[in-house]
Amino acid sequence: MSQRFKEIDFIGVFLWVFRAVIIVLVIYGTVAKLFLGVGNTYTVETWIDFFVSGLSQGSLYALIALGYTMVYGILFMINFAHGEFFMSGAITSTVLVATYLSASGFMDSQPVVSLLVITAVAITTSISVALLTERIAYRPLRRAPRLVPLITAIGASFFWQYFFRGLFGSALIPFPVPEALQGRWTILGLEFLRTRVVVMATTIVALVSLYLFIQRTKTGKAIRAVAEDKDVAALMGINVDRTVSITFAIGAAMAGVAGVLWGLVFRQVHFYMGFVPGIKAFTAAVFGGIGSIPGAALGGLLLGVIEAVGPPLFLEGLGIAGAHQLKDVIAFTMLVLVLIFRPQGLIGEKLAEKKA
Amino acid sequence: MAQTANFSKAVRLGLIAGIVALSVSAIGMVQTFDVRDIITGVLTLGQLLLFSTALVAGYFSWQKGEGVAPVGAILRGLVAGLLTAVPPIALVFLTIIWPGIRNSFVNVSADLIEILTFGQTPVVGSLMLLVVMGVLGVIGAAFDLLPRRIQKPLFSGLLWTLVIGLLSEILLLILRPYTPRSVLNFLFGAKGITPITAVIVFVLAVGISAWWDAQGKQAMQHRRAEMAPAKAKQLRRLNIGLGVAFVLILPVIMGTYLTEVADIVGTFILMGLGLNIVVGFAGLLDLGYVAFFAIGAYVMGLLTTQGDLGIGGLSFWAALPFSVLAATLAGIILGVPVLRMRGDYLAIVTLGFGEIIRVLVVSDLLKPYIGGAQGILQIGKPQVMGFVFVQPEHYYYLILAGCLLAVFVSWRFRDARIGRRWMALREDEDVAEAMGIRLVSTKLMAFATGAAFSGLAGAIFASRLSSIFPHSFNLLISINVLSLIIVGGLGSLPGVVVGALVLVGLPELLREFAEYRMLLYGALLIVTMLLRPEGLWPSPIRRRELHAAELDHRPDDSEDAKSMA
Repeated sequence: MSQRFKEIDFIGVFLWVFRAVIIVLVIYGTVAKLFLGVGNTYTVETWIDFFVSGLSQGSLYALIALGYTMVYGILFMINFAHGEFFMSGAITSTVLVATYLSASGFMDSQPVVSLLVITAVAITTSISVALLTERIAYRPLRRAPRLVPLITAIGASFFWQYFFRGLFGSALIPFPVPEALQGRWTILGLEFLRTRVVVMATTIVALVSLYLFIQRTKTGKAIRAVAEDKDVAALMGINVDRTVSITFAIGAAMAGVAGVLWGLVFRQVHFYMGFVPGIKAFTAAVFGGIGSIPGAALGGLLLGVIEAVGPPLFLEGLGIAGAHQLKDVIAFTMLVLVLIFRPQGLIGEKLAEKKA
Repeated sequence: MAQTANFSKAVRLGLIAGIVALSVSAIGMVQTFDVRDIITGVLTLGQLLLFSTALVAGYFSWQKGEGVAPVGAILRGLVAGLLTAVPPIALVFLTIIWPGIRNSFVNVSADLIEILTFGQTPVVGSLMLLVVMGVLGVIGAAFDLLPRRIQKPLFSGLLWTLVIGLLSEILLLILRPYTPRSVLNFLFGAKGITPITAVIVFVLAVGISAWWDAQGKQAMQHRRAEMAPAKAKQLRRLNIGLGVAFVLILPVIMGTYLTEVADIVGTFILMGLGLNIVVGFAGLLDLGYVAFFAIGAYVMGLLTTQGDLGIGGLSFWAALPFSVLAATLAGIILGVPVLRMRGDYLAIVTLGFGEIIRVLVVSDLLKPYIGGAQGILQIGKPQVMGFVFVQPEHYYYLILAGCLLAVFVSWRFRDARIGRRWMALREDEDVAEAMGIRLVSTKLMAFATGAAFSGLAGAIFASRLSSIFPHSFNLLISINVLSLIIVGGLGSLPGVVVGALVLVGLPELLREFAEYRMLLYGALLIVTMLLRPEGLWPSPIRRRELHAAELDHRPDDSEDAKSMA
């Protein structure tokens, strides 16, 4: 017995030291940056710009994170291929629709209609890919040991990446942004990039409608019931397979929307674009509390802001060269820290704790 | 009614197969694989890929026991085959309506259309495709009508012909020094085997397979059962001896190019053995495994390079322990934070670690110390008493020694107390803990051992290439290694070797695969999990678990050592 306690102590101490080092580094970097003037100095406007770009980036993470969180809530599996659902919608709608709309000039004359059409194609593609993946790679293995669906999910992820690479090529594909969305809008005396405003507005609409859908409709109720207990839900006359498919479809639809918005912000798409955002969105989902929809939104926004403000704030404050390169390190470090110290997330339902 | 219901299956399968045929065409596989002949002038790999869809659809279009008459079965095959042809034909006509299709679908080229239409006009070619697919569907359906003792030899005949055809380039490389030119020209075409060779191989394989089923297998089993234990042991020793001798002289047979491929395969075997301990034995899914490979390689690079970044300027042999030690330490350090995680969370966190290390390596932060994107050049080569390892053949023996060491360690660990602890951990962590297994040390031991093998592989890798760049250590390596141990059989030592040969060796040899490697890995992971979760060469325990009914006598571990070939 005493042996066991000793071990826990040792691990506990290690983890505490780990946590303390990170906190000290962050605080030290921030203080050094703000009060000692290490690195570049930025104006208040620049800081706001960092913050807003973080918010818009975070909205995208939030939209993608919904898919992770809903699927995890219902099946307790990490849908590793979710980033690919996002990519498939973005790349397909860009290559097959956006490019042609832009070339014909329709995109600039009718930006709203064009973007709606593009989004519709993106959503359709993402949903098709998601349903196909669920049907082939996940559904037959629902009763298998937990590692098995994770392995097929990894397989599906790489399969789709290279499938779309084969279809549309490995080059970066430019996403045409309509003229109406180029430049900045002035809101409340502050200037915002138009695309960022569109991203945030769309995200808010999507999140609210999703929340209402889950809480108010019969299908939403079925999803919640299946998440609670699959077997009992089945006894209550809910078609579990169908509900799971719907969950995947909703998550994929959100990912499809995120794909188009991603194109608007970064102005290019490619076959590998789903991987890193996928992992970051997963981080966001865990950060907020996996299984919870508001949690995914909150986690996404926070991750986006920390990632945007972190490098200029505490990394530069620590005197690190080329701090902006380490954006991904911040996100992944957060992933590791959250999973170690707070696997149930900010507003999680204690669900992750028992499963993680 | 039942009849129509059965036809709906044929229709569905035909359409699915057609969409698969369309997909492999549209993503460029058919066209890329078309440059490799299997039988010169008769069949290319691309055509095989395309046409096998109809064959498979036909084969599965009906099932024995559904009460289908032979004519009905043939009809179903025909329907499935014809429908398989529909989507590709649609693609052919789409290219006529939409000439700019290639701007969107980069791989839908004139060459592809030429393959699909047999070089004829679209209408004639489409009809030909329809006929060919229909006939193949019928053949597929008819195959199941044959009695089993004919099916099996036919199947192995086809399989062997295809394998020999596919590997003809390699066979040619091996045979060239020993065989007269005229014989080679007779057997091999410009690419692939000649039709005559194909017929010879087919007939031989059919004959041997039929004989084996009829008598050979029984006779062999009979003789084995009759044999005195001492003699059986002797025979086994002889087999091992022959195996070892074969492995030792392999570079001489294979020549430099193939030996280089063997080196790559060996490096992956070494990594696979390491990851096999972590994932296969202890059940801890680690996706950041490449980090330890990178650490091993970078430590070797920094300690032995003659460039500006060098520290110490050690020799290969002096640096090797440091490489392995650094990787082991990293394994423990990265292992501690994740001790309390399970399953999928563990996978994601290790993935995060791997990505952190990758980003750090290319960043400006560490550039002054480890060279950033420019990597490290002029890494030292091993020397033994003045003899410098330069050729792939030299490294072959080094890697072989590493692999043998890893196999030995894995094998001894597996059957030792620690191995049983790992397996208990894999089966159920809570129960294992309740049984008095100390999770901390058991898990850390798995991470450390796995990382050590990977570090060793990395060190040899760095020295073999004599320069390393950060982009060689990406996530795809981790996925590669994971795929090969899963496809080979989790927890199985020969499985690692088989997996590496198939998943790493084949794509290296058949360069057309390179572009579709990850696609095929992804598909293979899914298919393996769906159809054969125990892998190609499962460990005896898993096989027994999964097929408890069949009593199967597998010779024990000597088999593991032998299969290192």
